[in-house]
Amino acid sequence: MMSAAWRSAAHLGLLSCEGCGLLSRAAEGAGETHCPRCDAKLHLRKPNSIQRTWAFVIAAAICYIPANLLPVMTTITPFSKSEDTIMEGVVLLWSPSSWPLSVVVFIASVTIPLAKLLALSYLLTTVQRGSIKSTRERTRLYRIVEFVGRWSMLDVFVDTFVVALVQLQPLMSVEPGPGVVFFAAVVVLTMIAADSFDPRLIWDQDEVNHGQPS
Amino acid sequence: MDSPTLVACPDCDLLQRVPVLAPGESAHCPRCGNVMRSSRPDSLNRTLALTVAAAVALLVANAVPMLGLTAAGREASTTVLGGVQVMWQEGQPVVSVIMLFAAVIAPALDIASMLMILLAVRRPPAPRWVSTLLRLCQIIRPWRMVEVMLLGILVSLIKIAELATVITGIAMWAVAALIVLLAAMSSSFDPEEVWLRVEWAQGREHHHVPGGAA
Repeated sequence: MMSAAWRSAAHLGLLSCEGCGLLSRAAEGAGETHCPRCDAKLHLRKPNSIQRTWAFVIAAAICYIPANLLPVMTTITPFSKSEDTIMEGVVLLWSPSSWPLSVVVFIASVTIPLAKLLALSYLLTTVQRGSIKSTRERTRLYRIVEFVGRWSMLDVFVDTFVVALVQLQPLMSVEPGPGVVFFAAVVVLTMIAADSFDPRLIWDQDEVNHGQPS
Repeated sequence: MDSPTLVACPDCDLLQRVPVLAPGESAHCPRCGNVMRSSRPDSLNRTLALTVAAAVALLVANAVPMLGLTAAGREASTTVLGGVQVMWQEGQPVVSVIMLFAAVIAPALDIASMLMILLAVRRPPAPRWVSTLLRLCQIIRPWRMVEVMLLGILVSLIKIAELATVITGIAMWAVAALIVLLAAMSSSFDPEEVWLRVEWAQGREHHHVPGGAA
């Protein structure tokens, strides 16, 4: 198949519904168009995609710092009180039998959020610079970012269950630390960021260079 | 019938025709590789059966203890809602609400909406609220984190095992079953089957999408 024959829906003034996938013709003038089938608001591209995505990426990056520096869990016994950050939790989990789980927590809690922030920044900058290289790979990267994001919530679930169970006052109790809310915020903000990004922007430049105005 | 086989790829906006698929086949976007549609034989009936099973699993998962512990002659156990409640009492209302949504509300809304959708489309044309519910399902689905929760439970098991003897509850097995059923639901469900049966918001007759373009 020849790439010159490839046309986007936007090129022909057709709007694809994000809800049900139906194609509709854009309304005349500046009025809003609603999908005739499912009534969702139709856009050529997600509105203000780049600005919105940057805003959520920056907010998530800011929360990433306290999420990693502040303790997420405090263990209290009659003799001691220990506060653990996410990284300390990963180290504590490292033992001859449970090291695979330690690796899983490290990947889900530390690596994935950081990788997501870097990946989204990369996608945003390449779109803003009008790059036409590796469009397919960048789309695949976007799909991965969308898919793995939720797994970062792992540590928040771990915290919730450990805190809920270990309430054996005065013997021993566990309390959530201040870091956990920042951590949950990182996950939620990066998920919204990924959702705000419109992968079709990756391909738009390609068509501009194949001689398409609009 | 005006067959809506002319569609735009949601990831790259390429206009294309999705062919009629034989069982086991799936159509990919020739430009970006996105899966456009997969053949789902007997989609609506199979999904309905799986959804009913998932509803039962969800009820069990939330009604009985998830995990427990014994230490120094004392016993404690918790449900998902119990964990959410303790997080709230321990001064983490934001985290508590996120957990409640991801572990209980999102899967419950998803399963309840799917039940209503699948029952309503049995007698086409399905009323317009079916479109609204299906769009609601699509929006909540990324926030439904049952599988992340199960991994979280496993990690907390290991963490608590260092402090006390852990007891696994029946709810854990119900969650495992729920994950399998939710995955089976999404791989047997073809949303297109529903969109073909819903009543249009603006009436079909006003809709003119060029069948012969591109």
